[in-house]
Amino acid sequence: MRTRPGRLAALVMAAAAAVLTTACGAGTDAGSGSTALRIMAPAAPGGGWDQTSRTAEQAIKAADPARKVEVFNVPGAGGTIGLAQLAGEKGNGNLLMTMGLVMVGAIEQNKSQVTLAQTTPIAKLTEDYEIVVVPAQSPYKSVADLVAAWKADPAKIAIAGGSAGGTDHIAAGLMAKAAGIDPKRINYIAHSGGGEALNALLGNKVAMGISGISEMSEHVKSGKVRAIGVTAPERVDAVDAPTLREGGLDVVVANWRGFVAPEGISEADRKALTDLVTKMHASRPWQDAIKKNGWVDSFQTGPAFADYLAAEQARVKAIIAEMGLVS
Amino acid sequence: MDSLTLLLDGFATALTPVNIAYALVGVTLGTLVGVLPGIGPAMTLALLLPITFNVPPASAFIMFAGIYYGGMYGGSTTSILLNTPGESASMITALEGNKMARRGRAAQALATAAIGSFVAGTIATALLVAAAPLVVRFAISFGPEDYFALAVLAFTAVSSVLSRSVVRGLAALGLGLVIGLIGIDQQTGQARLTLGIPQLLDGIDVVIVAVGLFAVGEVLYVASRLRHSAPDVIPVGRAFLGRQDWARSWRPWLRGTALGFPFGALPGGGAEIPTFLSYAIEKRLARGPGKEEFGKGAIEGVAGPEAANNASAAGTLVPLLTLGLPTSATAAIMLAAFQQYGLQPGPQLFDHNPALVWGMIASLFLGNAMLLVLNLPLAPAWAKVLHIPRPYLYAGIITFAALGVYALNASWIDLIILYVLGLLGYAMRRFGLPIAPAVIGLILGPMAEIQLRRALAIGAGDPTTLIRSPIAATLLALSLLILLLPAARHLLRLRRGRAT
Repeated sequence: MRTRPGRLAALVMAAAAAVLTTACGAGTDAGSGSTALRIMAPAAPGGGWDQTSRTAEQAIKAADPARKVEVFNVPGAGGTIGLAQLAGEKGNGNLLMTMGLVMVGAIEQNKSQVTLAQTTPIAKLTEDYEIVVVPAQSPYKSVADLVAAWKADPAKIAIAGGSAGGTDHIAAGLMAKAAGIDPKRINYIAHSGGGEALNALLGNKVAMGISGISEMSEHVKSGKVRAIGVTAPERVDAVDAPTLREGGLDVVVANWRGFVAPEGISEADRKALTDLVTKMHASRPWQDAIKKNGWVDSFQTGPAFADYLAAEQARVKAIIAEMGLVS
Repeated sequence: MDSLTLLLDGFATALTPVNIAYALVGVTLGTLVGVLPGIGPAMTLALLLPITFNVPPASAFIMFAGIYYGGMYGGSTTSILLNTPGESASMITALEGNKMARRGRAAQALATAAIGSFVAGTIATALLVAAAPLVVRFAISFGPEDYFALAVLAFTAVSSVLSRSVVRGLAALGLGLVIGLIGIDQQTGQARLTLGIPQLLDGIDVVIVAVGLFAVGEVLYVASRLRHSAPDVIPVGRAFLGRQDWARSWRPWLRGTALGFPFGALPGGGAEIPTFLSYAIEKRLARGPGKEEFGKGAIEGVAGPEAANNASAAGTLVPLLTLGLPTSATAAIMLAAFQQYGLQPGPQLFDHNPALVWGMIASLFLGNAMLLVLNLPLAPAWAKVLHIPRPYLYAGIITFAALGVYALNASWIDLIILYVLGLLGYAMRRFGLPIAPAVIGLILGPMAEIQLRRALAIGAGDPTTLIRSPIAATLLALSLLILLLPAARHLLRLRRGRAT
């Protein structure tokens, strides 16, 4: 009798796996030989990390047809559930996890037991800069207008953006700090991503909105919202807008994405993974995807990425604390 | 007239043999995942996203649309037959539908659900063609204070679902509200009621709660009683709708469509609230035999909500196609699919890719017709499911429930949550607490909370913002009226009684 629950669970899992693999059909290679590379998307299917992982899968297959690649999803808590699972794979040289700025924030905010220190940084892949917009009916035309009103009464400037502690929120905090406003006093209205924040802007319910450029550029072009500035160091092609720096707000922040591997992998494995990702980055499908999705190519490996990661962690930790977001 | 020619062109796109085949695959797959508890259209689409690398866009979207509509159809089947809704949107269908099935009217309930879904889907798709710009303007004008007022109205309207015992209804509602609090608070990012378990940070998926309380709870309850009494034999009864069934169904179909379509277009409107409202309205409007049958299996209570949830699926496509604004999980994944093809939904999409957009809209009509043809003859066949010996049937349900929930996140913790909720569902049945209010509380509670806090934050803490918008003021006044009407009537009767 005692074995029954275990057997049932095994059966269920096997059946679920069967359903999932058949449903994936065209997408995944179910082969699980020892050389199969597994890429973890620490989010539900359909989101940004999932998209990056699946694009990488296709690109690696194109760059190295002999290589077996498989993407799997471990959603939850800003990616920290996936991070915890990665920590249990110490020394596994055939595993990559897609991650990015949002995970850095979530680790701080959720006081995650596992941090990025327990991973091996492999590469930074892409960046998506943020854009600050106002409703089409808004009186604010420039960064200066907006900052003047914001300084006068921070509570009156409701800011629509994505989840609390996410890239948009971090950008809002950094902007407040650069403008000389206490980041604790900003009136940030978190939305569950998707269209909710955009809807608040289209309906002229909030004073400003912060979002990724690729999500917002079409609505700027059609005149539904007005672009105030982008958080890039220089102007970008995707949208006709000045940088925040030009407007006097020294803020540069990007929603970047990259790969990390488990900690404790051998030097040879680290090199092999870096080489593979470098080859993937040069491949045609990857370059096409960058163009199609409006990503900024910011490929970086080795110590350069490790340093970048460390700097981002320090910056995010500080601003999240200053905004009073740590529980 | 211009849209009409474009729509005809669209039919030309949709009616190629390859695309018909994709539509057929879509609706069949959709019906299947709708029938399975837990696995919904959103997840199916997400898993199928990689096909965008290999399939031309028109075909992919025709299949996706089929899955979306099919999922809405399939959800009603298990609700009616087994009282185990696989999606929260078909939960209300179970209330009257399952009672109908127990009285030997399963085939009628399935038929009214299928025809109602067809009617609603077709009308709503036609509205999508004709009234999209108008609906979008209405949807955008909705602010947080309006959503809050809407949630309040839904709370008061569904109080009719709890009416048999107010105390038990409120207890169940409270339970749902508490479950809804679990997880990261969206506005501040702080964890609530997570007991330090990281897997609870994202809250408990409403699908797990619905499947746990309804399906697993029902299975345990039935299992617990198998030995006490021989299961009553359920007659399958006559197959199709009688004249009286038609007469009682058509108005609820239309009313359900009218409710569902605009709600689908609202970001954050969802498919659930219109089903609650439709049920409440049908219950209040019922006359004659329907009035007596409500609570015991009234066909109106199946026809209305089923039409509402299908119409909302079409409504969701309005802001998605015209603005690039996804208003449901499924729509968000469709948006991702558009972006995979390098397409950005919005007004430009209609100009730049008319073949794609109109082909997809035409395929919605086509898919709807296919679903009716597929489902209507199947209704009596499905009804025979009830003849499967209970132990096998319910063992099957629990297997599929676990499978569906595990497939959501591939997390064993979800399975533990499922069974804990299943035990809770069993206990609620054992002690006579209704299940539906708990799920209603879970859906409406977080919405009311977040929108109230957003409205107050945007208004810098001024409570009058809640009634400043005309929509919010009207909705709140309506809620007040619903609350006060019975009391006023009671008072009036008292006074009249004293006078005589």
